[in-house]
Amino acid sequence: MIRLVLLWLCLAMPALAVQPDEVLPDAGLEARARALSRELRCVQCQSESIDDSNAAIARDLRILVRERLMAGETDAQVRAFLVERYGEFVLLNPPAQGLNWLLWLAGPAMLLAGGAIAVATTRRRKPDPDALTDLERLRLHELSGD
Amino acid sequence: MIVELGHFALILALAVAIVQTIVPLIGAQRGNALWMAVAQPAAMVQLLLVGLSFAALTYAFVMSDFSLRVVVANSHTLKPMLYKIAGTWGNHEGSLLLWVLILALFGACAAVFGDNLPATLRARVIAVQGSIGVAFLLFMLLTSNPFLRLDVPPMDGRDLNPLLQDPGLAFHPPFLYLGYVGLSMAFSFAVAALIEGRVDAAWGRWVRPWTLAAWIFLTIGIALGSWWAYYELGWGGFWFWDPVENASFMPWLFAAALLHSAIVVEKRESLKAWTVLLAILAFGFSLIGTFIVRSGVITSVHAFANDPERGVFILLILAVFTGGALMLFAARASVLEAKGVFSIISREGALITNNLLLAVSSLVVFVGTIWPLVAEIGWGAKLSVGEPFFNAAFTPFMVALAVILPVGSALAWKRGSIGRAVSGLWPVALLAVALGGLAFALQTGRSALGPIGVMLGAWVVFGAAADIWARTGREGFGARVGRLTRLPRADWGKAVAHAGLGVTIFAVAALNAWKIEDIRVVQEGDRFPLGGYEVVLNNVTQANGPNYTTTMAEMAVFRNGVPVTVLYPEKRFYPVQGMPTTEAAIDYGLFRDIYLVIGDPQEGGGWAVRSYIEPFANWLWGGALLMAIGGAISLSDRRYRIAAGARKAAAVPAE
Repeated sequence: MIRLVLLWLCLAMPALAVQPDEVLPDAGLEARARALSRELRCVQCQSESIDDSNAAIARDLRILVRERLMAGETDAQVRAFLVERYGEFVLLNPPAQGLNWLLWLAGPAMLLAGGAIAVATTRRRKPDPDALTDLERLRLHELSGD
Repeated sequence: MIVELGHFALILALAVAIVQTIVPLIGAQRGNALWMAVAQPAAMVQLLLVGLSFAALTYAFVMSDFSLRVVVANSHTLKPMLYKIAGTWGNHEGSLLLWVLILALFGACAAVFGDNLPATLRARVIAVQGSIGVAFLLFMLLTSNPFLRLDVPPMDGRDLNPLLQDPGLAFHPPFLYLGYVGLSMAFSFAVAALIEGRVDAAWGRWVRPWTLAAWIFLTIGIALGSWWAYYELGWGGFWFWDPVENASFMPWLFAAALLHSAIVVEKRESLKAWTVLLAILAFGFSLIGTFIVRSGVITSVHAFANDPERGVFILLILAVFTGGALMLFAARASVLEAKGVFSIISREGALITNNLLLAVSSLVVFVGTIWPLVAEIGWGAKLSVGEPFFNAAFTPFMVALAVILPVGSALAWKRGSIGRAVSGLWPVALLAVALGGLAFALQTGRSALGPIGVMLGAWVVFGAAADIWARTGREGFGARVGRLTRLPRADWGKAVAHAGLGVTIFAVAALNAWKIEDIRVVQEGDRFPLGGYEVVLNNVTQANGPNYTTTMAEMAVFRNGVPVTVLYPEKRFYPVQGMPTTEAAIDYGLFRDIYLVIGDPQEGGGWAVRSYIEPFANWLWGGALLMAIGGAISLSDRRYRIAAGARKAAAVPAE
């Protein structure tokens, strides 16, 4: 039931994520705020960023991010502040540290492993692809008549 | 009464499915023709029974029979007829019935079109298909029965989720299921071949059309879903890397890999074990997708059935079928002896690279999707994996795929030369770089995304054109043009589908790089600039729809003072579900969509308005459509029709 309510809150509201009154007058700061909010999860919703979400909490977070930026914090500082408050959960882009390295390296590792296996198996069935089999050689012998 | 008949037909279908599974399998093992022959009629009866059951449920929805629990939960007397019908599969129970119906349909197709298959293979394929039916029919009857009655029927229903009351979404699930379930055919063929211990060119020729058909449906289904998200959710996005989207994307990637590796089996009798494995994985990921959507284990905005009991049941199905098939594979794969030998630089090698990139990219999506679950269970960390991760981790694979595609498809079979393959592609590369440079010069920002997208897209599209041109031989221009029309349809299918991929890559990059967004408060009568256009909010009015009330804005769009179009974005409210929705108004265009959304009235007067210029949005759906059309052209190739013709000829007694 709670999930239903959440779903309803996040998805059902008319999709006006960023409200006009939130937009900062400084275009550079606003662009940074937008980029940051795309990486931050609406903690109440299921898989939406605060930039997309219509939930009240997402609006609060968007305003919070903008306040912090206005106060002169760097992107990293804003992120760190939110992680301290809500945990790693708030980051849609899990930082490559600790066990998350496994997540980030999974793709390249699988590609390398798969590639190695593919090359190994292709090499293993060696016989020269253009070489004739004994039967073919015999037939060629017959055809050429010597 | 009709509902009871439907319920009874469903139970009967389970009984038939059990017979369809057991009898032909034993028959094939013992070489008993009579027992094997049970397969076809069983598959036909199965389709008939599930079809009856589905018709009964549709009838209940159309007649608004509110003594049925699912109808009450998902329908309403005032709902338009299209959505009453679509409501049949717009819920967990009904969509499962559709799933099983399509499963039975494919089983029956194997029975009808399978005359040219070896008798034992056909019996086993239909039996494996039947066993999937048993699992899902049991699942339905035990945990998700659509035919449950209520003791006291209410006067009216609770209506379908208004977001789902949309033509795009009405047809999204059937296409998606045709794709998911179509892959069950590849799976059944793979398992039957493992039992049989034999995979040959004929097997490849059989598996490929089924996979191709499933992939075409998946492509259309995913594109419809993405299109729906684009125009219905109202923030102009088209893909969110939501777990449910990923659930449909993973089998799509595997199916794409499978239909390429099946070519190698068919033409070169190589890569047999790998193709069988891919077939198992492709359907396995369809099941994983079903699990993700239905169990709610990885919560997402789409999950419409959050029920642990159902989740466990699907997990069980997943374990039995994928696990069982993989065990069978481990035990029997060594029997599948490869014939064709090839060097690494060859068409085979290029197709292996394609398979590797597609399969690994799909696994990356999979790992990203389940990572929050793994982290929570494994070391108690609560974390999220979202769009930024997928964009960073997935995109490189697609870039690599696009870069090697034109070269790979120009390589010769068995042993190729990269130099020779590339020699015909220099003009294409030059053109691609030139177009990328042009895009860089024309754009205002400094982002590299747009120009790179243009370059990659052009490389793939014109590479496909160069590929088909190269197939016409070395004679004069006129002769070659004449030959174009006589090329096998498989060649055309390949070129069109590859061009579709190029168009899609271009459109994704263009949309992400060059989208213009504007958010502001607008008073009635106000005029504001948007890209090269001006927009005027003429007025905002209230009106009533069949089962909703609406706030509708009239907005005129001008370019240099010349009227372009008038758009009517809406904000609807569905009282039965107490739910508002946005209906963005879109002016579709070849080079851009103008996308307007009306929001809430503001305290100081005026309305919140969001406007977008979405560059080349139509190219995205167009690219997907091209891929599907390419698949369809390839599916109509002579060699598949010849197989059908041979069957007919065989049926006519010799004179």
